[in-house]
Amino acid sequence: MAAQTLDLYLVEELYTEEERMVRDAVREWVDERILPHIEQWAWEGRFPRELIPEMASLNLFGATFSEYGLPGLSNVAYGLVMQELERGDSGLRSFVSVQSALVMYPIMTWGSQEQKDRWIPRLAKGEAIGCFGLTEPDFGSNPGAMRTRARRVGNHWVLNGEKAWITNGSIADVAVVWAKDDEGIIRGFLVEKGTPGFETFEHKGKYSLRASVTSQLAFTDCQVPETNRLPGAAGLKCPLSCLTQARYGIAWGALGSALATFHAALDYAKTRKQFGDAPIASHQIIQERLVWMANEITKGQLMVWRLGRLKDEGRASFVQVSQAKRNSCWVARECAKLAREIHGANGVVNEYPVMRHLMNIESVYTYEGTHDMHTLILGEFLTGIPAFMPPREEKKS
Amino acid sequence: MRIAVLVTYVPDTASTIKVGPSGKAIDEAGIKWIISPYDEFAVEEAIKLKESKGAEVTYITYGPERDQQVLRECFARGGDKGVHVVGTGAAFGDAFAIAQILTAAVKKAGPFDLIFAGVKGVGSDQGLVGAMVAELLDIPHVASVTKIEYGEAGITAWREIEGGQEVVEVSLPCVITAQKGLNEPRYPSLKGIMAAKKMPVESVKVADLGLDEAALGGATCRWVSLALPPAKSAGKIIHGEQDPQAAARELARLLREEAKVI
Ligand SMILES: Cc1cc2nc3c(=O)[nH]c(=O)nc-3n(C[C@H](O)[C@H](O)[C@H](O)COP(=O)(O)OP(=O)(O)OC[C@H]3O[C@@H](n4cnc5c(N)ncnc54)[C@H](O)[C@@H]3O)c2cc1C
Ligand SMILES: Cc1cc2nc3c(=O)[nH]c(=O)nc-3n(C[C@H](O)[C@H](O)[C@H](O)COP(=O)(O)OP(=O)(O)OC[C@H]3O[C@@H](n4cnc5c(N)ncnc54)[C@H](O)[C@@H]3O)c2cc1C
Repeated sequence: MAAQTLDLYLVEELYTEEERMVRDAVREWVDERILPHIEQWAWEGRFPRELIPEMASLNLFGATFSEYGLPGLSNVAYGLVMQELERGDSGLRSFVSVQSALVMYPIMTWGSQEQKDRWIPRLAKGEAIGCFGLTEPDFGSNPGAMRTRARRVGNHWVLNGEKAWITNGSIADVAVVWAKDDEGIIRGFLVEKGTPGFETFEHKGKYSLRASVTSQLAFTDCQVPETNRLPGAAGLKCPLSCLTQARYGIAWGALGSALATFHAALDYAKTRKQFGDAPIASHQIIQERLVWMANEITKGQLMVWRLGRLKDEGRASFVQVSQAKRNSCWVARECAKLAREIHGANGVVNEYPVMRHLMNIESVYTYEGTHDMHTLILGEFLTGIPAFMPPREEKKS
Repeated sequence: MRIAVLVTYVPDTASTIKVGPSGKAIDEAGIKWIISPYDEFAVEEAIKLKESKGAEVTYITYGPERDQQVLRECFARGGDKGVHVVGTGAAFGDAFAIAQILTAAVKKAGPFDLIFAGVKGVGSDQGLVGAMVAELLDIPHVASVTKIEYGEAGITAWREIEGGQEVVEVSLPCVITAQKGLNEPRYPSLKGIMAAKKMPVESVKVADLGLDEAALGGATCRWVSLALPPAKSAGKIIHGEQDPQAAARELARLLREEAKVI
């Protein structure tokens, strides 16, 4: 398998036997079940829903939990799962990220016993699909300023507002929705499909993550029972801690995308001939690009491996996660561009995977905190000075 | 119902094979090992019986220390117990020696109602072990099975023969060797992988089975030398755009005179 040839630093030996088995199982599944069809699905703009039962029987959903008979993977094993899925397609990995880190995680962490019993087994089996609604049309990088409101009326809450760019939105059976109460405290709600006043609209015309569903959610006097509020969740730190879980997986996943484009470029460069009988891999310019990719991928793999071990020890911080998400997405984005260049004109057609990865990675670079936001998080960590709000002159009255 | 599955660990069919320095074995450096692909059908059939009839499934393998991993890979798909007959590799390539060792292991771990094996081990491709185990146990066997129906007293098995199918009724206990088509092997689940480490594996030495591995190995069959197939020479293209008839004549001539196939 090509993906194993890139291991100058014997990173392979940093994984346990079990972690490698987990990785290989998902790798084989992606090779056999995803790669032969993914260009077609992406071209049609279709998420392959028919694969959900297979994904569930592999235990891809909620794999780090051990409750409810879930596998209890180490964080490194989970990361390798994300890497392999995204080596297939970022949209596929997004589906699993959302289901696991953004839906099962908040229900497990802040849900009532009834909520967990009702949703976790169904989400694990893929019998229910979840989505996570935080971003709004006017608030992306700054979700704390959200407009969606939840007002308590007796035993119910009434939701009003809009969410945008929500992965799985219109196919979800349950939406984890974040809204502000009258006191301005952000609370989490489980809004079920078919609840009156809850509508979804698919974002059309995406050039990126075409094999993934992205939707708007609209709430108009939508009544949600108090029993559907996540009782343990209060404040922006809750959705942000979901994002830390998901970003951790993305840090691994994006390297999967980088591995895919790197290996495509390496194979292409070794077989494509220009200017005589030598492959383009014999040109120094091409070698320099391949070396850049391999070098950055290796550094990225070491970073996420270390982060995974820290996470297993309970010592990972959100700042570390930001750094890894930022680095991996940047590496993957650069690799996709370099791979596309190496493919010449073949780099723009769907006979090769590079253009799809290149378009996909633009979303991954932007969602779950843009590259800039993670720069600012790290900047604040280094300097102690938050630079999110542009400085303003005091208005003199 | 108790089922045994004989499994073996083989080089990944996608590996690049090199002949080792002895010239009698492959170079194992950098080889990735996998469950022999035909054994996967055997494993799947056993797990399906566990699921439908509550059968207990025991995997049995003979091989060096590293082969314990093949049992873990089987457990990742399902099953109950593993027996690892740890060997030195002395019996490598000698199907009869391997069959004697496995038979002893089957007797020790048995009795079993049904024994599955792959029709052949990928790599050595002898297709002998399953049938030999049946003979040594003095029970019937059906080889190269592509479909099974389970009845009250016995089973009906479909096997591939040249140009058709043979349908065989067989009483239990028996040995079935699995051919491609028998079923669709499942992928290991992540939960199965995590549980695999905790599954019980009995590790026994060949001597514990009352056998002398060194004396058995190579007694009936030995690998004398291994060689890679000659590298394929570049193909010849006959251009036919201008004069297709002449091109066809030239093709026929080359097939007769150079390739000597017609
Ligand atoms: C395919 C896809 C799927 C998604 N899925 C989900 C989902 O499931 N759930 C969900 O809640 N959201 C989801 N999102 C939304 C995503 O999280 C947001 O798009 C992201 O947070 C960025 O917000 P924005 O698009 O509003 O960009 P903006 O916040 O408007 O940012 C625009 C640009 O300005 C920069 N910028 C903003 N503020 C600053 C600043 N202070 N300093 C410097 N630069 C700044 C940004 O870095 C960016 O380059 C998804 C997005 C996409 C594309
Ligand atoms: C949408 C589209 C429309 C087009 N329209 C036309 C058209 O109308 N007419 C037409 O004639 N052509 C057309 N082309 C073809 C285009 O000009 C070629 O794709 C381009 O010249 C590159 O050639 P290539 O794709 O064969 O890549 P290659 O030449 O195979 O190059 C592959 C990679 O190797 C690098 N490389 C090649 N040689 C060297 C070297 N000596 N040293 C270092 N690096 C090297 C390249 O920079 C590139 O990164 C079109 C292409 C596209 C994508």
